[in-house]
Amino acid sequence: MSQFRKGLWRSALAAAAVAGFVTSAAAQMELKIMAPAAPGGGWDQTARSMQQALTQSGIAKSVQVTNVPGAGGSIGIAQLVNNSKGDGNQLMVMGYVMVGALLTNKSPVTLDQTTPIARLTTEYEAIVVPADSPIKNAKDLAAAIKADPAKVTWAGGSAGGVDHIAAALFAKAAGADPTKINYIPFSGGGEALAAILGGKVTAGISGYGEFESQVKAGKLRLIGLTSAKKTANVDVPSIKEQGIDLEIANWRAVVAAPGISADQKKALTDAMDKLAKSKEWQENLKAKGWEDAYISGDAFTKILGEEQTRTKEVLTAVGLVKS
Amino acid sequence: MEAFVSLAGGLAVAIQPANLLFALIGVLLGTAVGVLPGIGPALTVALLLPITFKLDPAGSIIMFAGIYYGGMYGGSTTAILINTPGESASMATALEGNQMAKAGRGGPALATSAIGSFVAGTIATLGLTFLAPYLVDIAVSFGPEDYFALMVVAFVTVSATFGDSPVRGLTSLFIGLMLGLVGIDILSGQSRLSFGVPELYDNIEVTTLAVGLFAVGEALYVASRRHVHEEKLEAVRGSLWMTKEDWKRSWKPWLRGTMFGFPIGALPAGGAEIPTFLSYSTEKRLTKYPEEFGRGAIEGVAGPEAANNAAAAGTLVPLLTLGLPTSATAAMLLAGFQQYGLNPGPLLFADQPKLVWGLIASLFIANTMLLVLNLPLVGLWVRLLAIPQPWLYAGILVFATMGTIAANPSPVELIMLAVFGVLGFLMRRFDFPIAPVVVGLILGPIAESQLRRALSISLGDPMVLLQSPISATLLTIALIALILPFFLKGLGRFRAVED
Repeated sequence: MSQFRKGLWRSALAAAAVAGFVTSAAAQMELKIMAPAAPGGGWDQTARSMQQALTQSGIAKSVQVTNVPGAGGSIGIAQLVNNSKGDGNQLMVMGYVMVGALLTNKSPVTLDQTTPIARLTTEYEAIVVPADSPIKNAKDLAAAIKADPAKVTWAGGSAGGVDHIAAALFAKAAGADPTKINYIPFSGGGEALAAILGGKVTAGISGYGEFESQVKAGKLRLIGLTSAKKTANVDVPSIKEQGIDLEIANWRAVVAAPGISADQKKALTDAMDKLAKSKEWQENLKAKGWEDAYISGDAFTKILGEEQTRTKEVLTAVGLVKS
Repeated sequence: MEAFVSLAGGLAVAIQPANLLFALIGVLLGTAVGVLPGIGPALTVALLLPITFKLDPAGSIIMFAGIYYGGMYGGSTTAILINTPGESASMATALEGNQMAKAGRGGPALATSAIGSFVAGTIATLGLTFLAPYLVDIAVSFGPEDYFALMVVAFVTVSATFGDSPVRGLTSLFIGLMLGLVGIDILSGQSRLSFGVPELYDNIEVTTLAVGLFAVGEALYVASRRHVHEEKLEAVRGSLWMTKEDWKRSWKPWLRGTMFGFPIGALPAGGAEIPTFLSYSTEKRLTKYPEEFGRGAIEGVAGPEAANNAAAAGTLVPLLTLGLPTSATAAMLLAGFQQYGLNPGPLLFADQPKLVWGLIASLFIANTMLLVLNLPLVGLWVRLLAIPQPWLYAGILVFATMGTIAANPSPVELIMLAVFGVLGFLMRRFDFPIAPVVVGLILGPIAESQLRRALSISLGDPMVLLQSPISATLLTIALIALILPFFLKGLGRFRAVED
């Protein structure tokens, strides 16, 4: 991870150096950031943390945050594509969940119509079981799923969201039929957690932050995170290290309006590069417990494309999207 | 006893002048946002979070708790005075409260609601102090099948209560159930009855429906009747304060409301609406003055208001003991905790006793502050009703529209408000009760998704509904509630023949 991040820093630094001449223009930026969700959720908190860090560090003169809630971001992105064309000061926060939501909602607007700028943060998914469950590790869970996928009940977030996709990918990696998984969506994180704590389901799947305090208190057993390698904050090897080929992360990113000029795109990318390095942003990440996953420019555009392809495959496989 | 010592320590934290100030700001803000329909405490806390980042954690969390309790008070004020429930949990209050206000008894209605909220809030906060660790075990053991059974109880008791004619009541309920189907189905992720309108994907907003049916519908109805006969509103008839009789009729509903509100609020998927409906139905059944229900019965205000506030305190049980946010506002409080690197959960009481007990103690203080703030204002509030009707209703329309736009800035939302307004007018004109529509919209989707979850977990075996002891008990209660009235009626007829 650190090696990876170091590489990122280097490329970010290089990008900043190359684009040095627009720095003064960037200082005068008056940005608008849209959170395509109601106040309080992850995207809104990301937008507001950006606002705080961008203005306090002087990267932008002013930042205005607007909320356009609805349908997993489908309404927000439609507004960005239709009303902000060519606006070089408009950004929109988005995340992995939006990739799936646009597909399941059959949104007429796609992410290909936006201008990808940068990925900011990531959170790995965690699989947990009740503390008294006979399932001890990822191998046990994989064996149970292979035996009968329908008997293993999963509690997680909304249908077609990252939790659902991760559960389907787990089943696939375990050698079971992902269309047969018994995934039970809950509306809020709290409701799913109650069902897991109450032993109503076999396993729970969500961002690790949702489970952390329960795992530490010994009420839930952590099966593993969906990271490539074990992360420092947990005691359990990652699911991939336990031999189940599953790697997925719930990332958050920013995209800009369609039809902006190359200079405008560069100015926005530079501003994000500087944001990622600022002390204020780093402090915010720490306070919120968000993992830094900064990556910008073409590298991010490529990741965005890959995630769209993979998500479409999974959602088609579990029957949420008709191809 | 240990809890008492800790609570005393918490009081010492809460009565520090700075924290008292935060509590005061919180309750004032909360009352203000509770008054505006659409803007709830959750939104306010969300907007304040980035601002409070630099403040002391204890102070800002105390302020957030003040906003939470304040919002519950503010919502009932508009429900009683102008028939505009500020949030869905105040809907049951609007039913009788607004009738009382129209009969010149707005003063006692506001008073019984404020005192009832105080009583319930205090008892429930005591419950939070002493019962939280025990209650939470029961709350977690509630599975989807048990929630479904609870919804069945709610349907049976509630649908029998609204309106004079069961057919009309059920018709209204089914309109609500149908509206509840609109949007993305939580279990399959597919959209239903949304006709490709993205704004409909997220289901119909309860406050938009409630405000449309209650406030806009009423404004249209009053306007249509003005030429036929002018309704004379008297701001104050009789005493502005509660009479001895009012007290006598209020205290039992307060306690019963608390008994519904606190435990159901503590359930992870319980919410504040269901206990208010259950309390309203119970009071209607137990009252000695059934003829007053629908025309302004004080029991119908006292009970639901107490239930509403007790549920607000109940919500904090899973939040503080498990880190489970069970309402939008609780989710924002959780974000507030996390902002300071505090993780609510099983370890919070042990790790941060000063903060947790400070918060609980400040809930007592916020409650007292709200009572002291609200009672003297009763006299001022009821003057609202002295405003000439055309102005008052024009004001209500502006107010309702503003609240809806503030919560959801979209033209589709406004069109929905207008459509629901017309629906409310027609229902009033043809004498259909409107409350069951909102009840259907709230309970329908919960009942559906919990039943489907239960069946999904049991691999399609419906016996799961009878195997769980909680569910079996609740279903038996529902069955008795359904059959008993017929049985008693039959018995009465039998006796009549004997005579």
